Amino acid sequence: MAYDPFKSDSSDMTLSAPPSASDYLQDSIFRFFALFCALSIILLVAYIIIELGSQAWPAVQQHGIGFITGTTWDVNQSEFGVLPEIWGTLYSSLLALLIGGILGVAIAIFLTQDFMPAKLSVSFRTIIELLAAIPSVVYGLWGIYVLIPLLRPGANWLHEHLGWFPFFGTELSGPGLAPAALVLAIMILPTVAAISADAFRRIPYKIKEAAFGMGATKWEVILKVMLPTASSGILAGLVLGFGRALGETMALAMLIGNMNNISISLFAPANTLASLLASTFPEASQIEIEALMYAALVLLLITFLVNIGGLMIQQMTMRKFEGKS
Amino acid sequence: MKLFTNKAKSLLLAGTLMGAMTSLTAQADMKLIGSGASFPAPIYSKWFKDFSKEHDGVRVDYQSKGSGGGISDFINETVDFAASDAAMKDEEIAKVNKGTILLPMTAGEVVLTFNLDGVTSLNLPRDVYPEIFMGKITQWNDPKIQAANPNVTLPEKRITVVVRADSSGTSYVFTNHLSAISDAFKETVGTAKSPNWPNAGTFVKAPKNDGIAATVKQTPGAIGYVEYGFAKLTKLPTAKLENQKGNFIEAGSESGAQALASTPFPTTNLPNSDVPDLRGWVTDPSSEEAYPIASFTWLLVYKDMDDEKAKVMRDLIEYMVTTGQKSADSLGYIPLPENVIEKVRNAAKMIQ
Repeated sequence: MAYDPFKSDSSDMTLSAPPSASDYLQDSIFRFFALFCALSIILLVAYIIIELGSQAWPAVQQHGIGFITGTTWDVNQSEFGVLPEIWGTLYSSLLALLIGGILGVAIAIFLTQDFMPAKLSVSFRTIIELLAAIPSVVYGLWGIYVLIPLLRPGANWLHEHLGWFPFFGTELSGPGLAPAALVLAIMILPTVAAISADAFRRIPYKIKEAAFGMGATKWEVILKVMLPTASSGILAGLVLGFGRALGETMALAMLIGNMNNISISLFAPANTLASLLASTFPEASQIEIEALMYAALVLLLITFLVNIGGLMIQQMTMRKFEGKS
Repeated sequence: MKLFTNKAKSLLLAGTLMGAMTSLTAQADMKLIGSGASFPAPIYSKWFKDFSKEHDGVRVDYQSKGSGGGISDFINETVDFAASDAAMKDEEIAKVNKGTILLPMTAGEVVLTFNLDGVTSLNLPRDVYPEIFMGKITQWNDPKIQAANPNVTLPEKRITVVVRADSSGTSYVFTNHLSAISDAFKETVGTAKSPNWPNAGTFVKAPKNDGIAATVKQTPGAIGYVEYGFAKLTKLPTAKLENQKGNFIEAGSESGAQALASTPFPTTNLPNSDVPDLRGWVTDPSSEEAYPIASFTWLLVYKDMDDEKAKVMRDLIEYMVTTGQKSADSLGYIPLPENVIEKVRNAAKMIQ
């Protein structure tokens, strides 16, 4: 049917018309719904903090700041301290961020900067994102049965020959910081890679073209133009990945050795807050549950600070590289 | 009209469904709910399933959540019965309003599994294995270990000690024995569900029996403790331990039964009640052929129950100590000695 401007009816949407009453209604319903969703998230977080805080309160009152500086966790003496766990949480997550971050960004560059045919890069990307779908307990088992035996000869060689170097100060017997951090790195890899790749893709093609036009080589374009331009997106990916590493539970409970050690050595057994919670919670007595709630509160606080810190760095880089404020 | 018939149909359907449901609930109107120790969970779930099959209208559900969880469920009266490997403390019993009866139901052993290339049989003397778990003996070729194993060349390898990360009845039984045979162990580590293990770099913690088993299996030079039934099921190598009489004994139903037979039971009643105290610990059995680390696991039942429930509970316990005991051996548990069964029967009569 040919278009006839003189016979158009109300259902003809090709002509612009002022919004009808129902349009207004739809609009306001949607706005209300979106506002409700956003508020409910804030309320949920607040509720979690209040609930956790109230359950942890007796322990907070009793142990105070000594809880954070203490190094023993002895249920039988009701002596609780989580400094080794805080140390282990931060140490393992930072190591994972270092390894997984570098690898993830490298993969994102590899996928988006025409190193491989577009079709192949799509399937490659899917495979990397599939890593995120593997359950954490499977990673734990893989760590025990594959990764640790793989690492052991190298680690023990390093300890024998470079044992004076604090990072290699102990032998790797089995579970320890190194296998845990490596598994964490693999676990955060898909997050970092996917978000960084999106950040690279978001850069208008003209920016790249202009740089090539100025006579820059491919690597100069990637390192000096693309990377700084995408930096805020990459940072967001790193912060998310770090958050995941901080809270990861099951794989770490299986791999890190769960000992209250503070050691700089990569091969020593350690413990994290999340794995302490996972392994002791099911059988904990009332006093221990309160202490565990306090530990959970500390973990929440760490995650909170990391996210705020990440946000601030992101703002700074955006101002520096993208001229936004 | 069509709408109406559809509605009528679905109403009819709902009616029949509800009818079917009520008849189902009428059939299975007796339900016993229990929770607790994970160690006896495999044999308990077999017993409860078989018992439900034989008794129409009775269902017994058991949730394996650990001894500590079982005890607190029992105190809070959210279950009809509970189970614990560490029995119950006096102050815990005092918190139960409906009265407590503790019944040993089956028993198990704790074994030491190890990972040493080329070594299949290992003797561990009485003065050695507590010191390993105190972090004092740290090398496999320690003269004390070598002396007990003249035909084995032990490697010059560091001992990695694998202990439980979670609070566990198995840890309690194990440390209870070690504390009984070594004063130094009692002072430094002590008896507990989550003992205060030394914080040496050679110790690692793994969750649950399977966590310990997997870690020991994958770590050359490691030693760890697990339930005998679990080790038997997964075919782990286990060490022979020296008992009080100086013999090196392998874990098994025979040597376990020997250990149980010599268990001293208190002659008194449970605090503030007329129920016999059946909390017998065999921390260091004295028989010639007894395996040193064996322990009962207890069923916790209320003294006052509904009349109907009490009857089913008594039937269930009778079933567990008679037909049930026959399946113990094949599942890696030790059948109760005859004298203990008699004690359990007498105590079970007090469930009213």
